Amino acid sequence: MPDLTFEEPKAKVIHGTRDDWELVIGMEIHAQVSSRAKLFSGASTEFGAEPNSNVAFVDAAMPGMLPVINEFCVEQAVRTGLGLKAQINLNSAFDRKNYFYPDLPQGYQISQLYHPIVGEGEVIVWLGEGVARRVRIERIHLEQDAGKSIHDMDPEMSFVDLNRTGVALMEIVSRPDIRSPEEAAAYVTKLRQILRYLGTCDGNMQNGNLRADVNVSVCRPGAFERYRESGDFSHLGTRCEIKNMNSMRFIQQAIEFEARRQIAILEDGGTVVQETRLFDPDRGETRSMRSKEEAHDYRYFPCPDLLPLEIEQEWVDKIRDNLPELPDEKKARFMRDYGLKDYDATVLTADLDSAAYFEEVATGRDGKLAANWVINELFGRLNKEGLAIGESPVSAGQLGTIVDLIRKGEISGKIAKELFEIVWSEGGDPAEIVEARGMKQVTDTGAIEAAVDAVIAANPAQVEKAQDNPKLAGWFVGQVMKATGGKANPQAVNQIVRQKLGL
Amino acid sequence: MSDLNRLTIAEARTGLRKGDFTARELTESCLTEIAGAGVLNAFVHDTPEIALEQADAADRRLGAEGAEAPAMCGIPLGIKDLFCTKGVPSQAASFILDGFRPEYESTVTQNLWDAGAVMLGKVNMDEFAMGSSNETSHYGPTVNPWRRRGDDAPLTPGGSSGGSAAAVAGDLCLGATGTDTGGSIRQPAAFTGIVGLKPTYGRCSRWGIVAFASSLDQAGPMTKTVRDAAIMLGAMAGHDPKDSTSMDIPVPDFEAALQGGIRGMRIGIPREYRMEGMPGEIARLWDEGADMLRAAGAEIVEISLPHTKYALPAYYVIAPAEASSNLARYDGVRYGHRAKLSGGEGITEMYEKTRAEGFGAEVQRRVMIGTYVLSAGFYDAYYRRAQRVRSLIRRDFDTVFADGVDAILTPATPSAAFALGEMADADPVRMYLNDVFTVTVNLAGLPGISVPAGLDAQGLPLGLQLIGRPWEEGALLKTAQVIEDAAGFVPKPEKWW
Repeated sequence: MPDLTFEEPKAKVIHGTRDDWELVIGMEIHAQVSSRAKLFSGASTEFGAEPNSNVAFVDAAMPGMLPVINEFCVEQAVRTGLGLKAQINLNSAFDRKNYFYPDLPQGYQISQLYHPIVGEGEVIVWLGEGVARRVRIERIHLEQDAGKSIHDMDPEMSFVDLNRTGVALMEIVSRPDIRSPEEAAAYVTKLRQILRYLGTCDGNMQNGNLRADVNVSVCRPGAFERYRESGDFSHLGTRCEIKNMNSMRFIQQAIEFEARRQIAILEDGGTVVQETRLFDPDRGETRSMRSKEEAHDYRYFPCPDLLPLEIEQEWVDKIRDNLPELPDEKKARFMRDYGLKDYDATVLTADLDSAAYFEEVATGRDGKLAANWVINELFGRLNKEGLAIGESPVSAGQLGTIVDLIRKGEISGKIAKELFEIVWSEGGDPAEIVEARGMKQVTDTGAIEAAVDAVIAANPAQVEKAQDNPKLAGWFVGQVMKATGGKANPQAVNQIVRQKLGL
Repeated sequence: MSDLNRLTIAEARTGLRKGDFTARELTESCLTEIAGAGVLNAFVHDTPEIALEQADAADRRLGAEGAEAPAMCGIPLGIKDLFCTKGVPSQAASFILDGFRPEYESTVTQNLWDAGAVMLGKVNMDEFAMGSSNETSHYGPTVNPWRRRGDDAPLTPGGSSGGSAAAVAGDLCLGATGTDTGGSIRQPAAFTGIVGLKPTYGRCSRWGIVAFASSLDQAGPMTKTVRDAAIMLGAMAGHDPKDSTSMDIPVPDFEAALQGGIRGMRIGIPREYRMEGMPGEIARLWDEGADMLRAAGAEIVEISLPHTKYALPAYYVIAPAEASSNLARYDGVRYGHRAKLSGGEGITEMYEKTRAEGFGAEVQRRVMIGTYVLSAGFYDAYYRRAQRVRSLIRRDFDTVFADGVDAILTPATPSAAFALGEMADADPVRMYLNDVFTVTVNLAGLPGISVPAGLDAQGLPLGLQLIGRPWEEGALLKTAQVIEDAAGFVPKPEKWW
């Protein structure tokens, strides 16, 4: 992406009652790996199946059952690492994180504490034209998801659904480089966009396939820079971790609340206690879940059921060679090849389907015109109807034909909008519709002259007025357009009207 | 034909092929013997219906395939309760798995059934394979068929595969599966005068075997002779894609490897195993073993395994650490025992009560030790350090093997079988000392075999241990065969039950 240069913005400053404060935010994103089978079993990962129907013996931790790594999940993690320009560790290993909970049948989660499969990378988070935050990625590791405890089905009993147990997650850990709630949301959005481009996570936050833990601390201006220079975390404030959020809005609200809570404590002369907190969306506040003292002792140790995970550089290279074009690359190409502005290119590359649709419309045509039609007409209409691009009743081929008709001067922009409506609601080949319904623009000057003559002849008083006030020429143009059913080429009409009126 | 149950696997194989008797007759003979041996408490779940069905299938197969039938075809076995056997109680001798009948069959037992072997039932063991005397079993201890001369005191068959050992020694079956995490095959084999082989880690699949310490556990055969161990291991072993730690290498013909003698082999005698206070009988037996091998043409060399003294403590950190995690799944949520709760009690009480009621004292002790050594602040001092010791022990062995040593000879146990209850009030460490000669082999992942070599002054069997290079069980068996031949005795307890 040599084409895209940017500057990093200043941190958001929060004015406390006494001092100015800055936010420091790091995130841990749990992204469900797109894979039909689980990380260590052949059971299906299908969402919404009957409770406990996608459970292998090993998922239920039956005695003597053993995990076997799913190679495709490893490939997906490697692909994700490559997509984040990260270090791929050819040697990684799995560890057990031990704790008791009914939705964790083994009594431990298999994860990668000591030797993650992916090391340092980065995400460029665009915040405006030429403005972006470079968020460093510390690591990505593979781990098992837990099941689901259900407490509201029975007053006496709790139930457990193990369908999600053992599904592969990637935990993507950032450095504390995010400096505002908006940047946090933009980071998650960008990360999700990259994951979707890569096809390694569907990014569906509603289903819990992408969840965020957010670490928030506040510091005085200048402290963050000292941390970045020295790498010494002691320059930063004490952090609190807000767990398990699955909405962009909640993430921002939680950070906002948490920052103000910490600032209030500090300005009161208190100290922030390191702890895990939960966000309550109903009350818009974070609540203490457990303090550092109450924190679980997870007793991590290398999982003896699994050999160290060794992968070949050659295999990694093959995955790298087959990586799809990533969002920033695509955006740069759209700007370069189609002459698009930053904003349009950003909108069109937001997701793969939109980008593909645009490219189909734009190929061999005027890119800017295609972008206008896709963004303004199509996206506008889809948004109004609440439809996704894949559900558009107007295909890229149809919209391309409409753009062609405009380009060739066969229809005016105004007619084109009517035509778009017809295609949207009735379908059909736009060129045939234009032909069949006589929507073609009249460019035959003879016909236009005749129409102008007729209007002039019928309105002698107006002609007189117009000769005194040339602005009234527009009235004649309007009358002619009306008389021709809007099909006359407006520029030609304007010219002939002025000529006939002697203006 | 009577006393078919007293046959070795090799003898039965011959008889079955010659048509001297059928697999059904052989199986019935064992079932009758088991029915009369309740006092030994070796079998804890009998499966006569399965046994007779499998025996009939074996007879049909022998009829159809004749000499081509697998060596284990029609051979009745005892299966350690640690192996999951489909539809048959598999409880690891623990109350916490009360009523558990798996819906799957362990790979090792499936391999045996595929070879035509016959399951007589499940045999007793120490709870979750944690113990050296079979006294931690929820089913109560197995009694050793051997008794001290002129003494009726019941003796331990050793542990944890004590039921397997007693069943084989008492001729209740022709062979039995065992598992060995720190000596659980070799020590009971030595206490009961039979052969016990712990293969190289990764030789037999662990899939479907209730886990104790995953990096140390390994299944192996317990048999009346070295040849039988070779035959049975051949049927148990093999790569299993369901166990990531199982090795993808071919299984050699171990029985064929018994041929050829040991002339020119170098046998190491590790100086560090000559522990202070070693009973004279054990030391003498060890010397005699070395003489037997020398007489067969082997070169005996003194070797050093300098980190041996750290092995037992390292083992008793690593094994409990893994066990504390492996046993976390026994929580009363999905299977096995769940404690009854009183009103107002929740999930924490369910865990605490279930595990307090379900696990015996020794299992609880090891879970607590394991939890402790993995705890924040202690991990480096215990677990990490133990792993470093483990690397050093492995290196000790690598060094002597690189120096040309083919196998190592040691005593199997520091004593003969002791009396049941004798250690009841003793410091648990005294019981752990039973594993002093055997744990190094598990820590290093090597194959080890215990072979009977003599009797002590009270008429109890004593065993010698041979330790081999990784994946060279064949050479190990061949060496053990020399001891078996030279010792020149078939140790058999006098039947008193």
